[in-house]
Amino acid sequence: MNFIEARKLVHEYFRRDEEGNVEGITTALDQVDLGIKPGEFVAVLGHNGSGKSTLAKHLNVLLRASGGTLWVDGKDTLDENYLWDIRQNTGMVFQNPDNQIIAGVVEEDVAFGPENIGIPTDEIWERVERSLKSVGMLQYRGHSPNKLSGGQKQRVAIAGVMAMEPKCIVLDEPTAMLDPSGRKEVLDAVEALNREKGVTVILITHYMEEVTGADKVYVMDHGRVVMQGTPRQIFSRVEELKSYRLDVPQVTLLAHGLKKAGLDIPAGILTRQELSEVLCRLYGEEGKNPEDTLTG
Amino acid sequence: MSMILDKVNYIYSAQTAYEKQALKNINLKIADGEFIGLIGHTGSGKSTLIQHLNGLLKATSGGIYYNGRDIYEEDYSLKELRGKVGLVFQYPEHQLFESTVFADVCFGPKNLGLPRKETELRAFAALRSVGLSEEYWYQPPFEMSGGQKRRAAIAGVLAMKPDMLILDEPTAGLDPKGRDEILGQVAAMHRELSITVLLVSHSMEDVADYVGRIIVMDQGSILMDGAPKEIFQRYQELEEVGLAAPQVTYLMHGLRENGIPVDTGATTVEEARESILQAFTKAGKLRQ
Amino acid sequence: MIRDITIGQYYPSNSIIHRLDPRVKLMGTLTYVLSLFLFRGLAGFAAVTAGLAAVVKLSKVPFRYMVKGLKAIAAILAITVMFNLFLTPGEPLVSVWKLKITEEGLKSAGFMAVRLSYLILGSSVLTLATTPNQLTDGMEKSLRPFRRIGVPVHEVSMIMSIALRFIPILIEETDKIMKAQLARGADFESGNLIKRAKAMVPLLVPLFISAFRRANDLAMAMEARCYNGGEGRTKMKPLKYKGRDGVAYLLIAGYFAGIIMLRVWM
Repeated sequence: MNFIEARKLVHEYFRRDEEGNVEGITTALDQVDLGIKPGEFVAVLGHNGSGKSTLAKHLNVLLRASGGTLWVDGKDTLDENYLWDIRQNTGMVFQNPDNQIIAGVVEEDVAFGPENIGIPTDEIWERVERSLKSVGMLQYRGHSPNKLSGGQKQRVAIAGVMAMEPKCIVLDEPTAMLDPSGRKEVLDAVEALNREKGVTVILITHYMEEVTGADKVYVMDHGRVVMQGTPRQIFSRVEELKSYRLDVPQVTLLAHGLKKAGLDIPAGILTRQELSEVLCRLYGEEGKNPEDTLTG
Repeated sequence: MSMILDKVNYIYSAQTAYEKQALKNINLKIADGEFIGLIGHTGSGKSTLIQHLNGLLKATSGGIYYNGRDIYEEDYSLKELRGKVGLVFQYPEHQLFESTVFADVCFGPKNLGLPRKETELRAFAALRSVGLSEEYWYQPPFEMSGGQKRRAAIAGVLAMKPDMLILDEPTAGLDPKGRDEILGQVAAMHRELSITVLLVSHSMEDVADYVGRIIVMDQGSILMDGAPKEIFQRYQELEEVGLAAPQVTYLMHGLRENGIPVDTGATTVEEARESILQAFTKAGKLRQ
Repeated sequence: MIRDITIGQYYPSNSIIHRLDPRVKLMGTLTYVLSLFLFRGLAGFAAVTAGLAAVVKLSKVPFRYMVKGLKAIAAILAITVMFNLFLTPGEPLVSVWKLKITEEGLKSAGFMAVRLSYLILGSSVLTLATTPNQLTDGMEKSLRPFRRIGVPVHEVSMIMSIALRFIPILIEETDKIMKAQLARGADFESGNLIKRAKAMVPLLVPLFISAFRRANDLAMAMEARCYNGGEGRTKMKPLKYKGRDGVAYLLIAGYFAGIIMLRVWM
């Protein structure tokens, strides 16, 4: 059974003018179908305004569908009775690390979620310790969040979600405001959670490099899911991606350019090791043998 | 005409427990019309450095000379300097405050004490330079998209007609298309308005396509200063300080080590493509 | 300048003051503030000084760090002192033009300056040595009786703790916006009062917009983490009195009794 199942999910809202009269209707999500299995690492790509953040908020029932159905963990999100259950089971990490940390001390912030769902004190301590450890932030438990780097703050936010022991975490552009080392810290932490704890991860981003390791990629544009498949399938469609205001990793772009110029390169190259191997093989055919692997 | 920094040091919160030397003995010369990328990770001192260039921060020791004049001289007008050296901060859209985009762009030139007509002419020119479509000019700035707001904010600095434009991470938080658009627009401004541009970034790939010179900062010092090709050749050193050369640099070096005679100085996808195709054509592996 | 405000910031340490129950610290602060308005004479002055010095010493927060907080209120302090200095009737000591400095004025100005600075220092010990969350818990528990008359105690203390968490962030933001506007030639320092007030618009509008945006984000983040008001919440650090808290209460009571006695006898 799918952990998340959306059928023809629609989200519409009224645009109002200054007097509050309805000017028109904006469709932020348009007939979205999703099927995400437990334990999967799923990436949702899209430019700003493509509807991907709106989708994220539906998964945590911060927004509700105006049409279609969304089941999370087999529960209908329109059913009021499941609200807290769903929120507890699909944690959410937002873009701005400062605006989601509530407490003035790291460990107290991580405890905020468990406190809200009424976990007994002793167990809160255990959970806080476990989740801070899982993101490598245990040694900062007594620190003030203000003194942490962006990547560290974001990892605290992830720990705060993990302390509620969700089955799934949804990360809404968690790296958009971070520098490259912060981005790497956060991604490594998320990948470890997925791999080691089997948490279902839904990563919403516009950085293509971040999705190469995903099991499945959805591309959104104008509120619709316009592409879906494995990263390799998605990245082999370079022109299409560009038309959705997305870009492609330099290596994939280069491979695509070389392929168009006549070199026999397979579609959807993701890493520079792959491209390097392919080029060496092509160059070495009927001639000298290049080394099989490359380090870079 | 140039900006010269002579042995600039800057110490934050001097004589307290939080004392930190943010800039260490910075020597730098920026000539007119240059397009420079200033690279370093968070905390490397790049933001501190650029705030010295328009006098927002004052060096603890050392001198800064703009067009031959010492900016720390008693009678030197820092306000005038700020008009000449325009600084666009990170997330500049957070500083928009007027009821229309146009009025907001007028803020800078108005502060310089220019007559109303000149102010407005400059505002129009600036809005055109940043490529913000005319339909937004008289709209409130708060309802536009992120990319448009950012353009409006850059126009607000550009309207002062600076000789030098410093942009701190102008693409932060934008999507790839928005990023390319802003960078393209900055390159166009550099070309058409013939101003000096200093682009602060933590991404080599972002700046490699545009700039003629890269300055790498680490721990408050200038680590490298040179043409992109020279800088990227030293990719191993870059990695030691937590930075990375563009992906193609690594690829090209790897290919060369494996006996494919490609140009390791290629820094952009386009250059790399040309060089690889050339190597394959020469070896007869590619029929035209 | 704005960065110097230390009130509302937490200074991590493991001192005895840090470890006290927040309810004790709240009560202590309240008592201390009261004592500042009750003390009389030099002996009283010595008592409030000794009280403050002891607590500051025990808190292990560097005194220099706390004094920085005073700079931020220097203007208010100066104005209050001026008023007291020139407007207290009595026997003039010195008179310049129409302004007279009286002995009484000098005294009351002095006491006022002491009161205000001790007030700020004393209350900053509370916030420096208590995490915002503990402070909130302390308030929530101390004020619980008021819930019966419809005071939303939990909500109020939640608001307080969030405000405390965001003060440093907004201060930093103010600094940033100020610099960004300075880079556009703004001038916050010259001109008359009206001109200066007008110069604040480019600072305040973006600051408010940002504060609202943050508030919005935060509300959503809290909801996403199942925040649903105070009902049914548990605590990671529930408040429990320990032996040292009893001792502290006794000391506070003793201190207050001493101040009262000094006042009565002097």
